[in-house]
This record gives sequence, structure tokens and C-alpha cells, in this order.
Amino acid sequence: MTTRRAVMAQTRVELILTLRRGESLLVSFLIPLGILVFFSKVGAVNTSLEDPVEFLVPGVLSLAVMSTAMVSLGIATGYERRYGVLKRLGSTPLSRGGLLVAKTINVVVIEVIQIVVIVATGIALGWELTGQFVAALGLLLLGTVVFASIGMLLAGTLRAEATLAVANGLFLLFLFLGGMAYPLDRLPDALASFARLLPPAALSESVRAALEGYGFPWSELVVLALWAVVMPFIVVRKFRWEE
Amino acid sequence: MSLSQNAIEVIDATKSYGSLRATENLSFSVNKGEVFGILGPNGAGKTTTVEMLEGYRFPDSGQVRVLGLDPKKDAATLHERVGVMLQEGGLSPGLKVAEALRLYRGLYSSPDDPERLLRLVELQDSSRTLIRRLSGGQRQRLSLALALIGRPEVIFLDEPTAGMDPRARLVTWEIIRQLRTDGVTVLLTTHGMDEAESLCDRVAILDRGALVAIGSPRDLTTRSDAQETRFTAQSELDLASLAIALGIERVSLTEYQPGQYLVAAEPTPDLVARLAIWLREQNVRLGTLEAGQRSLEEVFLRLTGEGEDR
Repeated sequence: MTTRRAVMAQTRVELILTLRRGESLLVSFLIPLGILVFFSKVGAVNTSLEDPVEFLVPGVLSLAVMSTAMVSLGIATGYERRYGVLKRLGSTPLSRGGLLVAKTINVVVIEVIQIVVIVATGIALGWELTGQFVAALGLLLLGTVVFASIGMLLAGTLRAEATLAVANGLFLLFLFLGGMAYPLDRLPDALASFARLLPPAALSESVRAALEGYGFPWSELVVLALWAVVMPFIVVRKFRWEE
Repeated sequence: MSLSQNAIEVIDATKSYGSLRATENLSFSVNKGEVFGILGPNGAGKTTTVEMLEGYRFPDSGQVRVLGLDPKKDAATLHERVGVMLQEGGLSPGLKVAEALRLYRGLYSSPDDPERLLRLVELQDSSRTLIRRLSGGQRQRLSLALALIGRPEVIFLDEPTAGMDPRARLVTWEIIRQLRTDGVTVLLTTHGMDEAESLCDRVAILDRGALVAIGSPRDLTTRSDAQETRFTAQSELDLASLAIALGIERVSLTEYQPGQYLVAAEPTPDLVARLAIWLREQNVRLGTLEAGQRSLEEVFLRLTGEGEDR
């Protein structure tokens, strides 16, 4: 029987390991903050918004969620699968569900820290927290479901090295196609339309709409919600606990 | 309630991976409190057998029982009562030894003391070391400690001493003997015949997924001794000529390893004399001549045909 004590013991280990992985902290903290500070100062983004920081804060929040839920979770889990850690835990009283709860808590804790740091940095750069912040948090949570599913799908189907490569590749691709650091409307029309169907753009555009008060982002929300339903379903079917 | 006497039962279990038969109609049982060894060449189905009992694999036909329970359906109950040491891996390289023990202590409802286990496996000086910095033998010992921490009634050890130095092997053997004293059922796989002989109450020898022998090491090494003579000499002797000289059927003679010969006939004075005469005629120097107890290794090699062309 999985007890709360068992889930807490596993959660503690997840957090220790996350904090000990320097490269994962780089992706989770330094890259989003670097993009936020650099582009808001350089003004290279040239958005339709008056201040680049209004564009960047929602985008970087989405980027942070993607880095933690997809890249960090995916790579860490892929290597745990490679090292037989997942297999070994499978014969302890910690159930698969308990393990997923521990991993979820780990991701959410890191995301909360990211959100606090990014919002504080944004405010320091002149951003004003005026929109629907709670709605934005809900959207980021929905995005977490989608990106964590992508990360787990990679981790549970590919070899660990391939998971590492693909997760980082997707991160880079989504950085440009996701409306996070680079506005979608500056992409070629066809590419922009395609990008709007992918999770990163749906997340960043909807979070931006919520935070900057553009009215409710229905179409982005529908795209995001579809991914959030479909992806976990695929993961459950495809995930293999042993490499 | 004869079933409750058995800690482990494998009943007619067949498991295939694609076209490869990993185990075929395998049946055996292990008594409570017994130390039971599974021997076999690589690919004989040892790990598949253990992993069916651990709940990682499911037989295509037949069934397995641990403590009277189904490893799949009753997994939640069994995981509290069973300890597992995988053949390799299972440890997060980025954790420290003490952190891994603390984690596992948190997973079981009535865990053993991590400090005691650290001393037991002689890792007390490495408790703050990252697992990635441990040697292979040290990792094995940590895996053993983690298998023990839930105070299991049954423990599965897949090649527990592989990669250990002689000192660590002795420590591990001592732990396994103590488990027997404590009434824990131990199922282990091994390539070490000395390990099986010195630790196991009974062993099963698997070959190509099938059981070829089962019994105490003593039973296996003394069985049918009266009917056998063994000798060593140069390899590739002319066995047809030797059979005629000894007055036995050709099929009663085998070279089961290069230079190692088995004569399936009683070592009568007459037979020994005929062998000596034939060796003189062929000008072949005798290595050893044995009619006594076989070693488990010989039993194993003959039963599994290891060393022959396969």
C-alpha cells in the first residue's frame, strides 16, 4: 500500500536530485531569466506591444513551464528508466501512481519558484501585474499537463540519450515557434498558423491574453485543452518502465 | 493447506519473447526458510524466472505464486513482504548512500534500521558518498541493503555477488546465512558453483528454459556415482577404440569438456585395468582418474552441455 509517508520520501528524493542537477537548473532558471532580461533591454523583439516586457513575461512563464515539465522531467525520468530506478521502485510498496504524484509535486514546486522569480524580475524591469493572474496560473497548470506528458512520452519510449537530444531539440524549436521569445506574427503566415496548433504557442498566447487583459483566449484554450486530454492518454498507452 | 508450506511455487510456467522460449513448462517450489539457488548458463532463463516471481514478467501459460499470492494481482500486498535485488542497476547515481537508504526506509511500513544495514554490508564509511562514485561491488552491497530494509519474508537476489571482490563475497554469504537463520526464504541466481554449494539448501539447474536437475548440492553431486568413472587426459582421444577396449557401448563414453572424459560404467578393477592398458597402447598420459564424488561444477557442465559446441 502506498502511504503518504512513502510518497513524501520519494518527493524528497525527487527534489534533492533536481536541485543537484546543475544542467536542469540552467534550463529551468538561467535560460528563461536570461531571455527575459536580455530581450527586454536590447529591444530586439520589436513587438506590437508597447513594452517588450509585456510580451516577454507571459512568454517566459510559458517557457519556464516547458523547461521544467518537458525537458527536466523528461530527461531525468529517461535516465531513471535507463538506470533501472523505475524498475526497482516497481517492486517496492511505492505504487506507480505514488511515484507520479511525487514527480508532479516536484515539478509544481520548481514551477512555483520559477514563477515567483520571473514575476519579480519582470516587475523589476517595469512590468505591471494587472491582468487575470489566477487564470494565467490555471493555464500554466494545463500547460504543465501537456508538457509533462510530452516529457514522459519521450522518457518512456526512447533510449535515454535520445530523450536528452529530442527534449532539448523540442525546447529550442518551441522557443522560436512558441511565441515565447519571438512573436508569432513575425513568422511566415503558414508557419505561424501551424505553430498556433502546437502546445507552446497555445500556452504562451493564452497566458499573454490573460495577463495583458485581451479578453478570454478561447481558441488557444481549446487547442491547449485538446493536447492536455490526448497526450496523457498516449503516454499511458506507450510508456514502458524498462528500457 | 500444503500450499502454505511453500514460499514460492512455479507451476508449469512458460514464457516467450517473440520466438525465443525463455522458460518452458517450468515447475518447482521453494520451502519457507529455504535458501534456493538457480543455476544455468547465460540465456537459460534464470532472470526470467526470478522476474516472473518479482512481478516484472507474466508467464504466457502456467502460474507463479509467492507466499501463496499472485505477484501481479496481489502486488500491493507482496511488495511489503518481498525484497528484490536486481541483476544490475536500480540506483540513482545522483543520490548519496544514506539518502537511498532513507528513501527506502520511508517506503516500507516497518523498516529495519538503515545504520544497522550500513554496518552489515560494510558501507558505514561511504554513507555520504554519491552512488555514482561507488565501485560495482559497493553498489551491489547497497542494493542488498535496500533489498533487506523492508524486513522481507522472501528475498530475490539475481546474481548477488557478481562483480564483488572475495572479501565482499564472504560478507554477502554471511548475510545470506544469517537470513536463513532468521527464517527468511532466499531465492538467488548465480554462476558460482562454490556459492551454490556453500549457501544453498537446494539448487535447480536450468538449461534453455527447462529444469534439468533439482535437489540439494549433496544429492546432485553424489547421485548415480557408483555407475561412473571419470578421467582426464589429452583432448580428442579415439573414443570408439576406447569403448571397444573397455568392452562398453560407444554412447557410454563422452568427452564432456576438452580433455575431460566420462565413462558411464562402474569403476570395477577390471575396467580400470583395461583403461590403463589402452592408455599405454595409445601412449596417452593420464591426468586424473576419479570415481568419487563429483563437484557441482561437473554436474552442471554435463547437464547443461556447457563447453560443448552448441
